[in-house]
Amino acid sequence: MKNIFHRYGDYGDREAAGGENTHHDTSNEWPLWEVFIRSKAGLDHKHAGSLHAADAAMAIENARDVYTRRMEGVSIWVVESKYVHASDPADAEMLYEPANDKIYRHPTFYNLPDELKHM
Amino acid sequence: MATVQIDNTTFQLLHFTLQWADNALINGHRLSEWCGHGPVLEQDIALSNIALDHIGQARSLYQYAASICNNFDSEIRQQLFASTALNQKISKGELIDEDDLAYLRDAWDFRNTLLVEQPNSDWAFTVARSFYFDTFNFFWLSSLQSSSDSVIAAIAEKSLKEVNYHLRWSSEWIIRLGDGTMESHQRIQDALNDRWSFTGELFQPTEADIAMLSMGVGVDLSRIKQQWLDRIHAVLNEATLIMPTSVWMQEGGKQTRHSEHLGYLLAEMQFMQRAYPNMQW
Repeated sequence: MKNIFHRYGDYGDREAAGGENTHHDTSNEWPLWEVFIRSKAGLDHKHAGSLHAADAAMAIENARDVYTRRMEGVSIWVVESKYVHASDPADAEMLYEPANDKIYRHPTFYNLPDELKHM
Repeated sequence: MATVQIDNTTFQLLHFTLQWADNALINGHRLSEWCGHGPVLEQDIALSNIALDHIGQARSLYQYAASICNNFDSEIRQQLFASTALNQKISKGELIDEDDLAYLRDAWDFRNTLLVEQPNSDWAFTVARSFYFDTFNFFWLSSLQSSSDSVIAAIAEKSLKEVNYHLRWSSEWIIRLGDGTMESHQRIQDALNDRWSFTGELFQPTEADIAMLSMGVGVDLSRIKQQWLDRIHAVLNEATLIMPTSVWMQEGGKQTRHSEHLGYLLAEMQFMQRAYPNMQW
């Protein structure tokens, strides 16, 4: 069993060889990167997903191969995931729910003149 | 219409196109063998993309080669190949297409270089083979953009955009492995040394190469050999790797004499069409 799949070093080979008790050591793995794609000139870069890469240059190339192969974009940003700071989901109640009953913050109560377009 | 005499120029153009097409198909098929086996998901997809680029280039070239074949008189068409399955189709008076050229020719009708049919072995060997071939392909296509044959020039121009990226991909990997750990350095050096003897054939002109060069269709292989050497040297230098120096070179692929690996590759690639002729999916 052990060496059958060893030719390519597939993901899962080590686990298969060692059984369920094998601990997966991630210290040798490439860091995680967040990928942002601009779909066409003039639009914002939007978060597309994440991937692993050894450095920024490889992250951009990997992003090109993984996220733009169906003509999704014309520009790529990558940032190492550890530099993205996020709000705590446990704070959601405090942070976001108070906005729920304050619909007057939406600018939808004004009467707009007919000649005003694109609003 | 009494010309049973074979038009040598067209015949050489066919061989020239097949040499190029077979390099693309066999290299593409080899790379596609990594699909689902890549060391990481991102590189698995990268290699699958690259493999599809090569197979796409092969399609365009086989379409052109098939049109050249179909323009010959029927008596000559039956003498173009030595592959039973393909000749059966031709002798029935049927026109052939890109799939027939890919799936119904036997190894002794293939004109790809020995380099591209060599097995993937491991990541280092795959990167080494791609690096040698992509560098060649880049200068080959750059030169063919100004071919006097408009179909060839157009295919070269379209392909070059893809090959630009292939070359960046394989060069980057040479540098990463060479300038990486002691183990990666040693393994890529071993792979480069081992595959080196297959690089001479890339620049050995065949009768078709010479005929097409003289007509302004083909490539001056001695000129792109120097460009190839300079580029290989520069990348290996940056990767802290040593340029192999062996002067003995393998040859034969472009003259349809192949290593044992091609037969196995074709057996797998062609099995479905041979077992279930004209099958579609």
